[in-house]
Formats: sequence, structure tokens, C-alpha cells
Amino acid sequence: MKGIPVRLQGLSKSFGKVVALKALDLDVRAGELVAFLGPSGCGKTTTLLMVAGIYVPTEGEIWFDDRRVDHLHPRDRDVGMVFQSYALYPHLTLFDNIAFPLRLKKTAERETRQTVRQTAELLGIAHVLDRRPASVSGGQQQRAALARALVKEPQVLLLDEPLSNLDAQIRIQARAEIRRLQQELGVTSILVTHDQAEALAMADRVAAFSVGELQQFASPDELYARPANAFVAGFVGHPPMNLLKGTFEDGHFAANGVRLPLRTTAKGAGILGVRPEDMRLGGELPAQVLVVEPLGREALVTLDAGGVGVKVLIAEDRRPAVGSNVGVGYDPDRLHLFNAEGQRL
Amino acid sequence: MPLLPPRWRLVALGVAVLSLPIAAGLIWLLLSGVFDKIHGLLPVGRPTLENWRFLSQGVGGRPPIYVPLLNTALFAVLVAALEVIIASMAAYAISRMSFPGRAVYLGLVLVLHAFPAVSLIIAIFYMLRLLGLFDTLIGVILVKASLELPLGIWLMKGFFDYLSWDMEMAALVDGMSRWTVFWKVAFPLVRPGLLALGTFALLSAWGEFILPFTLIVSSQRAMMATYLQSFLTEAFADYGMAAAVGLFYALPVLLLFVLGQRYLLNIYGGGVKG
Repeated sequence: MKGIPVRLQGLSKSFGKVVALKALDLDVRAGELVAFLGPSGCGKTTTLLMVAGIYVPTEGEIWFDDRRVDHLHPRDRDVGMVFQSYALYPHLTLFDNIAFPLRLKKTAERETRQTVRQTAELLGIAHVLDRRPASVSGGQQQRAALARALVKEPQVLLLDEPLSNLDAQIRIQARAEIRRLQQELGVTSILVTHDQAEALAMADRVAAFSVGELQQFASPDELYARPANAFVAGFVGHPPMNLLKGTFEDGHFAANGVRLPLRTTAKGAGILGVRPEDMRLGGELPAQVLVVEPLGREALVTLDAGGVGVKVLIAEDRRPAVGSNVGVGYDPDRLHLFNAEGQRL
Repeated sequence: MPLLPPRWRLVALGVAVLSLPIAAGLIWLLLSGVFDKIHGLLPVGRPTLENWRFLSQGVGGRPPIYVPLLNTALFAVLVAALEVIIASMAAYAISRMSFPGRAVYLGLVLVLHAFPAVSLIIAIFYMLRLLGLFDTLIGVILVKASLELPLGIWLMKGFFDYLSWDMEMAALVDGMSRWTVFWKVAFPLVRPGLLALGTFALLSAWGEFILPFTLIVSSQRAMMATYLQSFLTEAFADYGMAAAVGLFYALPVLLLFVLGQRYLLNIYGGGVKG
């Protein structure tokens, strides 16, 4: 299985008057795993279904290496796909489910048996191959769906929320497993997810979408450290970044009567972003503790700083009392400044 | 035996009273069929099988019973088959594809369903004459199936709407054509709907009277309903035999209903098993 580059060029999709995706340009490198990240209705699944060949693009081109595929039937594109519901055929055993694409390609039965067995062993479901989907666990169904997608050695692997129906614990395990397998096989992959942790953990690069538009396409580190706009800043990271609306004045940011000194030449209305982990208790800004949420190793404290609500992540053993007055401070080098339209300054 | 709570006893009484005329009718049918004379619901003659002689011989110039029986069976089965196949294909297209005029089409189908078929009967008569299908089984089958289709399309659309698209998408990606996806993936998944619609169509066609009565004249192509009716239009109607024929006519329906009620209930149950 050798990965190929995938190129989306001016891709857009409308359903009647509803625009689901606006002119998207995006390159996926050979063997790379790219995550499409965003809330529901952001166009990420629409894009994936166009790559799969289920939807016909309204405009634009899709290239697999040097082959233009946007007009091809799904079966002629050589893609494998895993669905959120797994979409296993309920009346077939796992073996027959996985063998399904090979049998449609009229592969010799002996070769089919061998390939199915190998793929099943790779995914650790060889011992349940004679069972029907309904009588195996969710994790095993998910692996069977993955096996069915991989068995025909596709050029491109498409994963549509493959983990969101799994229990939290299995999910962490499955996400590492999929990533390991993907790297081992070197198959170019696109993962659609609304879970930012999943995207950051699994992908080489993440494409963040909102309302049908690509917001930022970057590595997980870049996305986290330098979000291109306020949407990405608020969507990536948990707990989410504090985003304060206010005005930049010379050397200050003013919000609700609170004046925060910062090194900037920006002027006018804008948004100041600061991650909860970049703030600390015991600073110069007076605030009152509203809520304390213990998160195990850390605690999330919600504060009212002069009419501005902020969340601060602190070490668990330093929990302040609810209602107490504290000082709050922040790391001036780790501020994110956005203009009134939300673009990074 | 535990007694019903008072409120339910009242309801049961009400239901019993309302059902009385129907029950009386059935009892009359049963008794008339096996006694040579009855007054009201009281048998006054001897028990007899004389009324059932239509089973072994043609009666009063009519063809033997197997002729209308086979005609009706053929009629019912073909109408049901046509309806199930055409309705499910139409419903699938409506449920899955967007095409210009889809909403208008759906509305028209609904209006057609509400349209009383009898009011079309004269126009249908002329059209069948024109097509050379008057007094043929094919003609009456086509008419009945078309009149039943709107209901079938709406019903099947409901079943397809309930199906998740994922499995069909998976099948497309796995390498099926659109057509095979319909036959091999979607069609089997709505089996409860197909069985319900099939049973419905079968029952409805089995009981159909107006269409064969108007569109078929030769006794060789008579159906059970018209055969039965012919006993009642004679100068001296043989009520005993009419009752026996009626019972005989109802038996397959009863049988089908007992066997098929699980699927019939499905229509109201909402579609796919979760």
C-alpha cells in the first residue's frame, strides 16, 4: 500500500440554496493523515463525501495523484471508508463483511480468504470472524469496519467520525491503534472529527472548518500555539481559551472597565485570547472566585475579574475557596490578539 | 378468572354492542352455509352440505369454482407483486434523490390516493377498450395496481426514510453500482415494509369487486367477488349457496390475516427494527 497525494482544488458544494462548502483548496501529502475538524454543519463531512464520490461537487476538482477523480463513481476511485455507524451489513458475518469489497472485485476466493484473515489478524478480530456484527462488541465492530475499508488496499482511507460511538476508554486506545496502522501502511488518510483532542492526537495536519469555510490548515502544534483566528482559538484546546471582547488602546486592552497592559500597537475593537493554563492565581488583577471544578490533577477556576469572566487552570493542591478574593495574572508572552473580525493580529 | 376493573368492563360492553351487527352477520353466514333453511339467526331446517355443491360442479351455467378462484388468486398475487416492486422503486427514488418537481410529484401522489377511484371508472372503461385490454385479466390488474400505487409509494417512502444512508454509502464505496445498492442493500432492509404492503395489496385485490364487475364480462374471467354476486342477482336467489360461497371466499383472507398480521401491524409500528 503506497500513499498518494490528494489535491482539492476550488471545491464547493451547495444543496439548493444552502452552501455547504465554499471554494476549498487543500493538499494532502502522500501518506499523511489529515484531520478535518469542526462543529457539525461546518462542511467537513460534505467534503469527505465528495472525496469518496458519494456527493458530486458543485464546482472544483479532486485529484488523486495525477488522476482527476471528481467525476468518477465511488468504486472507480479506490478509496476505503469507515463510517461513524460502521455501516456493517447486519445479515453477514464479520468475515463476509470484510470480504465484501474483494468479492465485488471478483477476487479469487482463496486470495480473498487469505487477505481477510491477514487483515483481521492485524486488527485483532480474527477470533470473531464467524460472528454477526450484532453479537460482537462496539470496538470489534469498529475494527471490522476498518478492516473492510483496508482489505482492498485503497489508495486513500477516509474515516468519518470512526471513534465517536466508542466508550471513552476504548476510544483513546483505538485512536492510537488507527494511527499506528495508518503510519505502518503509509496510506493517505482523511479523518473527519468534531473532537479537537482526537484531531490533535492523530493527525499530521489539521484542517479546521467553520460554516463551510476552511479556517486554518496547519500542524497540531501550530494550530494550538498560533490559531489563525478567534474561531480556531476557541475550538482547539480544552478547557477552551478565554476570549475577551474589548478595545485595544495604546499599550492596553480594555474590557468592561478592566485595563490590561500589554505590548501591542494595535488599536480599536478586538478580542484578547488567553488559555486557562497560561494564567495563574496570585497576580495583580483583583478577582473573585465563582466556581471551582476539580479535574483530578488540576482544577479549573472560574473568576469574575471586574465584570469579565475568565477561567484559570491551576494545580489541584492550590484550590481557592469559592467566593474568596484573589489576584489573577497571565503570561504576557502567551497572549493571542485578534481584530474585531476575529483575525489574528 | 380475574375480573376487569369496572371502567374497562364498561368499555368492553361498548365494544361488544358496537360489534354486534358484524358478529350477527358472520353468524348468519356461518349458519346459512350449513343449514338448508334458517329464520333470522335460528336454523329451522336440517344441517346440510347441499349448499356446498358448487365445489364439485358448475352451478346454474356458471364455470366451475376453480375458475374464479384461480382468476382471483392470479389477480391478487400479480397486483401485489406489481405494487410492491413499483412502489418500492418509486419510493426509493423519492426518498434518496433530489430531482426537479419532487415536492410537486409527492403532493400529486397524495391527491391521487385521496381520489375516489369509482369516479374514474367510466374513463378507465373507455381507455381499456381503446387499448384492447377490456375484459382481460391484464387490464384489470394494471388498473387495480395503479390505483393502489399512491398509498404504496407513501408507505414505502416512510420505510426508506427511516433507513440510515451509511450502509448504502458503504456499499457504493465497496464497489456496488447504484442499482445493485438498491436491490441488494436497501430493498432487503425494508423487508417488513414490503411484507406489510404486499399483504395489504393482496387483501385489497382479493376483495376487489367494482373493477372486475365493470371491466370483465365473460364468466371465464370472473373473479370470486363477481361470482358471488351472480348468486344474488338471480330471480330466486339461493341464499344458502351464496352464504357458502361467501364463507369459502373469506377463508383464504382469514388465513392470510392470521399469518400476516405481524407485518400488517408493522405499518403502524413505524418501520425498521431498532
